[in-house]
Amino acid sequence: MKLSGSEIIIECLKKEGVEYIFGYPGGAVLHIYDALFANKKIKHILVRHEQGATHAADGYARACGKPGIVLVTSGPGITNCVTGLATAHMDSIPMIVISGQVSRAYVGSDAFQEADATGITRPVTKHNFLVDTRESIPEVFKKAFMIATTGRPGPVLIDVPKDLTDPKIKIPFEYPKKIKLRSYKPIKSDNKNKITEAAKLICDASKPMIYTGGGVILGKAHNQLKTLVKKLKFPITNTLMGLGGYPGSDENFLGMLGMHGTYEANMAMHECDVLLAIGARFDDRVTGDTTKFCPSAKIIHIDVDPSSISKIIEVDLSLVGQTSKVLNDLNKAIDLKKKNIKVNKIKKWWNQINKWRQKKCLNYKKSNKIIKPQLVIEKLYELTKGDAYITSDVGQHQMWAAQYYKFDKPNRWINSGGLGTMGFGLPAAMGVQFAHPKSSVICITGEASILMCIQELSTCLQYRLPLKIVNLNNRYMGMVRQWQEFFYEGRYAMSYMDALPDFAKLASSFGHEGITIEKPDDLEPMMKSALSKKDKLVFIDVITDQAENVYPMIQSGKGHHEMHLSPTGSDTELA
Amino acid sequence: MEEKRHILSLLVENEFGSLSRIAGLFSARGYNIHCLNVAPTNDESISRMTLVTFCNEQKIQKLMRLLEKLVDVVNVKDLTGETHIEREMLLMKIKCNKKQRNELKRLTDIFRARIIDVSDTTYTIELTGVAEKILAFINSLGNIKIIEMVRSGTLGISRGAESLQSKG
Ligand SMILES: Cc1ncc(C[n+]2csc(CCOP(=O)(O)OP(=O)(O)O)c2C)c(N)n1
Ligand SMILES: [Mg+2]
Repeated sequence: MKLSGSEIIIECLKKEGVEYIFGYPGGAVLHIYDALFANKKIKHILVRHEQGATHAADGYARACGKPGIVLVTSGPGITNCVTGLATAHMDSIPMIVISGQVSRAYVGSDAFQEADATGITRPVTKHNFLVDTRESIPEVFKKAFMIATTGRPGPVLIDVPKDLTDPKIKIPFEYPKKIKLRSYKPIKSDNKNKITEAAKLICDASKPMIYTGGGVILGKAHNQLKTLVKKLKFPITNTLMGLGGYPGSDENFLGMLGMHGTYEANMAMHECDVLLAIGARFDDRVTGDTTKFCPSAKIIHIDVDPSSISKIIEVDLSLVGQTSKVLNDLNKAIDLKKKNIKVNKIKKWWNQINKWRQKKCLNYKKSNKIIKPQLVIEKLYELTKGDAYITSDVGQHQMWAAQYYKFDKPNRWINSGGLGTMGFGLPAAMGVQFAHPKSSVICITGEASILMCIQELSTCLQYRLPLKIVNLNNRYMGMVRQWQEFFYEGRYAMSYMDALPDFAKLASSFGHEGITIEKPDDLEPMMKSALSKKDKLVFIDVITDQAENVYPMIQSGKGHHEMHLSPTGSDTELA
Repeated sequence: MEEKRHILSLLVENEFGSLSRIAGLFSARGYNIHCLNVAPTNDESISRMTLVTFCNEQKIQKLMRLLEKLVDVVNVKDLTGETHIEREMLLMKIKCNKKQRNELKRLTDIFRARIIDVSDTTYTIELTGVAEKILAFINSLGNIKIIEMVRSGTLGISRGAESLQSKG
């Protein structure tokens, strides 16, 4: 079989089982688009901005575990992808971005729409390739998919000069079945004796705590984690990226930890004597002041990436490997030591934790005049029975979504945790809807964030994506306003969102339905009716309390035990 | 924690962008590169790099893990921890009139350096040795004017049967 470079690219994607490409055409990729046009298997989704393509591919990958695929042109096409690549890179999401490049003869000459794609994306990809011969295309694709999806996953860019995709030049095509990369060792584990040692530490604990992150979801280790927790009856907390890795409505679950984590989760972190960290990377939003982090705990860290070990916090024992596999081994090792578990001490520990729970740190002042943002999420949780795919943008709404929506299953909570990319929510939701066409997909956003990729409403109409967008409209960059209130004496520099559009009308001009909810009494019935519309996108603009802040809060430089539970001032409460 | 000199040996895929990937890691993660040498090896698909950096024990361990993670890096070793041989080469052009020639000849003999080129007004000298020896030679020149100089940066290799493998 003889194929052109463009046809080879399409064949490679087929061999990798690709269903969707999110992309946007341009000069350098027109040959590829022509080959794509002829194919029947792969569906191309035309976004309205290349950033949208990367977030959509990212959302797709997060929701179904398969790598997301992006196709863009050279120059501005690929530079528009940088934010999306960085977002995926920070959260270890498998993604392949194929970018056109000017023909080889012009590379380096400042040709029209030339950008040094591999140079620009090097720090925000797991790896990248500039293809230099037609013959090497299959090998590069094979390597790219392997690198993107194995070990700690991540985005990979393949930059393809236009002349290599020339439809007139055809060469024999064969896709390699296997590929060896001597310099790539995705998983290095040497846990033999350490597993037993870890099991012993865990079973000897009097005040144990389990803290898990996105690695449990990416590593598909949620079942093994549940077995572990149920066996041990230990308390567990999740990071923002880890929500859904353990059932959010389970009694052992203490809620999220960190800057806006629950009182009980953060206090248990502070007081524990053994901490088991699984697929988590001790991010600064999680640890608070590292010198005050888990002061009396022996720390065990399970992670697929050796460079995550002791990166921020020096750990006592590390188990490197795929989280699911390490947890399997650990579960077996614990079975042998189970009789050592200090049942009485653990009971005492739970008594203490339940006292912390009594604080009911997520309670908020109710109102019958103004819609409280927390209430919106609570209602959404009830109305969807906790079974929707939720994407979010970045800000207060993201924190409230994380705090008040309980995720019982993995891959349901999709947000930009590491980079904190505003504009992520809507395009990500599109990708999720493609991955799960029958499921309910909801984007929780804020009036500032949604405007960053609002053009994708047009894509949603073209592909009839029945998303529901819940806009917690507080007329402020709320998270910025909150920091200005706390740390800048209420000088709200540039955080007020002036000149906002009428979102309901905006949605309808894009061909969707838009509603505005202003009164607390309308909230439930109007949301219910919007959610029941299974075949159309509804933009639900909810006018919320402008002054509400996210609590609990650990301010920078503070430890887990130094949370604020309610507004600073009269009833400041330092735990 | 005390900062120490570390001499790292790396085998890297001889591919487009690998040098920039490694240099990028150093700048992005806040490590200095004191000196760096890259050249092909007997295996034409692999280049060998020798790199000197100053950092404490904790930071060097993190750096090694980050380097190992790079897809282009085949193998990496910190030679500092074991017995090894280090060499550096210096090429230097100095101002040298007829009167200074004897003195300079004596100096180069002491350091076992070689005069490899001469002009009416200059000498070009080649010297190989450990970094301290190179420095000592430069310092010994006193008033003699250095026109230009180039150093290879440190090269390193393990002693004995130890070697850095490209584990095919
Ligand atoms: C692209 C980008 N720019 C700036 C920021 C900084 N930032 C974080 S939250 C936030 C405000 C978000 O406002 P909104 O979407 O209305 O959400 P709210 O906090 O009001 O719920 C800003 C500007 C960011 N995270 N991402
Ligand atoms: Mg807002």
